[in-house]
Amino acid sequence: MISQEILPLIQQPAYMVAVALFIFGLKMMSSPATARRGNMLSAVGMLLAIVATLLGVIEFSWILIGFVIGALVGAVTARLVSMTQMPEMVALFNGFGGLASLLVGLADYHQKLDIGLVPTYDAVVISLAVLIGGVTFSGSIVAWGKLSGVMGDKAVALPGQNIISFIILAAAIASAVLFFINPAGNLWALYTVVVISLLLGVFAVNAIGGGDMPVVISLLNSYSGMAAAAAGFVTQNQMLIATGALVGASGLILTAIMCKAMNRSLINVLFSAFGSSDATTVGGKGVEGEVKSLSPQDAYYVLEAASSVVFVPGYGMAVAQAQHVVKELAGLLEENGTEVYYAIHPVAGRMPGHMNVLLAEADVPYDKLYEMDAINPIMPNMDVAVVIGANDVVNPAARHDKGSPIYGMPIIDVDKAKTVFVLKRSMAAGFAGIQNELFFYPNTRMVFGDAKQTFQALIAAFKD
Amino acid sequence: MTIELLLFLLFVLMLAVFLGFELISKVPATLHTPLMSGSNAISGITIVAALISAGTGIGWLTIVLGTAAVALATINVVGGYLVTDRMLSMFRKK
Repeated sequence: MISQEILPLIQQPAYMVAVALFIFGLKMMSSPATARRGNMLSAVGMLLAIVATLLGVIEFSWILIGFVIGALVGAVTARLVSMTQMPEMVALFNGFGGLASLLVGLADYHQKLDIGLVPTYDAVVISLAVLIGGVTFSGSIVAWGKLSGVMGDKAVALPGQNIISFIILAAAIASAVLFFINPAGNLWALYTVVVISLLLGVFAVNAIGGGDMPVVISLLNSYSGMAAAAAGFVTQNQMLIATGALVGASGLILTAIMCKAMNRSLINVLFSAFGSSDATTVGGKGVEGEVKSLSPQDAYYVLEAASSVVFVPGYGMAVAQAQHVVKELAGLLEENGTEVYYAIHPVAGRMPGHMNVLLAEADVPYDKLYEMDAINPIMPNMDVAVVIGANDVVNPAARHDKGSPIYGMPIIDVDKAKTVFVLKRSMAAGFAGIQNELFFYPNTRMVFGDAKQTFQALIAAFKD
Repeated sequence: MTIELLLFLLFVLMLAVFLGFELISKVPATLHTPLMSGSNAISGITIVAALISAGTGIGWLTIVLGTAAVALATINVVGGYLVTDRMLSMFRKK
């Protein structure tokens, strides 16, 4: 046991180095070439922060139990999870972080209660940690439920949803204020804040549909950082505050990027219950034209003759787990002398960068993946654009139909390619609940069926 | 807790928020998922506060709550870093 005078002289410099490592680690995340080392640096920073903290600890036995359970569960899930399950995995881990911050708030409160003194300042920061941690936890659990298919992924909005949300939030603030008035006596008020915060998270995320999950997941990520920062105020630890704030800010940036990619405000994503309707044609003009379908065999003849092909994956590729067959077909096309590109929309899938991870898993080099702004200018040169389970992000109505709910959303201009193949199970509408006029374009051919099976048929045709 | 300390901590918070904005806005879209799960692992830093609670050795409720927090934060940290590493190991150039 190190004396209380010397302890800070060891702990504080260690904390400084840890924060520096987190900063370097995050900075190295800006390039795929350095990202892996960046993540390791950040892990070293975490280890350092933990060891430095343990120097001041008196009783280790309980900590050890927590460590063993946590490390086992964490390591096993991280090893077993498949890349397709990554969105719900991230949501779940996020929720655990939030719950940890909530419990830290409660533990600190009971510690102070044992001494018999809970200053108002502490009461304020404890309620903050509890509130943010609680919303993060229950919100993440609902997000996990929606992403993993345990719950339906449509937006579930009650009538007067937003009014109810505000009433719940007001109730949380009221209980928090009652708690501040007499922190040592009004234990019930703090636990009311706990219950309300959990309700709030469930309620808020339940009203958001699956297609808006990239925004929700980034926002919850930000909350988990803020919850950690609040725990830093509870324990008066500036390292915890700085680190939590870094994560909070990074989550906010991602949230903003996702909202921009959908041309919607954060308020609109959170409160409009987008995607809750079952309507097939909303918006301005009806869709006119004829749907032309194509068999995989005929699609093969077109692809075989194409000199450039761009694949545009969406959530449907993740559902069909088609990334490996996409890569296999791409390989055959390249052998055939075709240039292959992949175009990734920022909100394709259920979390930021979802498609990139799936294609990386299938061993597609990341420098073949083109962002929307890079691919659109060269789209008219493409012989074939193959849309794999994407819908709203390739709907040309976003460019010109002012009545469309997705008007103004930046899209991948697949309709400008010479031929468009749309791989889809049926003519069902996309997440936004609108019919896609792309399907009726003269240069579009629908290839109906399971994306994976379609690709397997194409691969078989190539190998013959 | 004095008002001076509170102001100092808020100052740290403000600087870190701005630094976070600067750091992340340069991350390319292809790395958004690893960035998210990696920063998620970093948010497990709340483990530091959990360790202090679980290690006080006084007050059974504090210890129980603290231990649960240690376990949850450890899942977040260990799982988060490992899964991020697994993902990043798959990103390769041609």
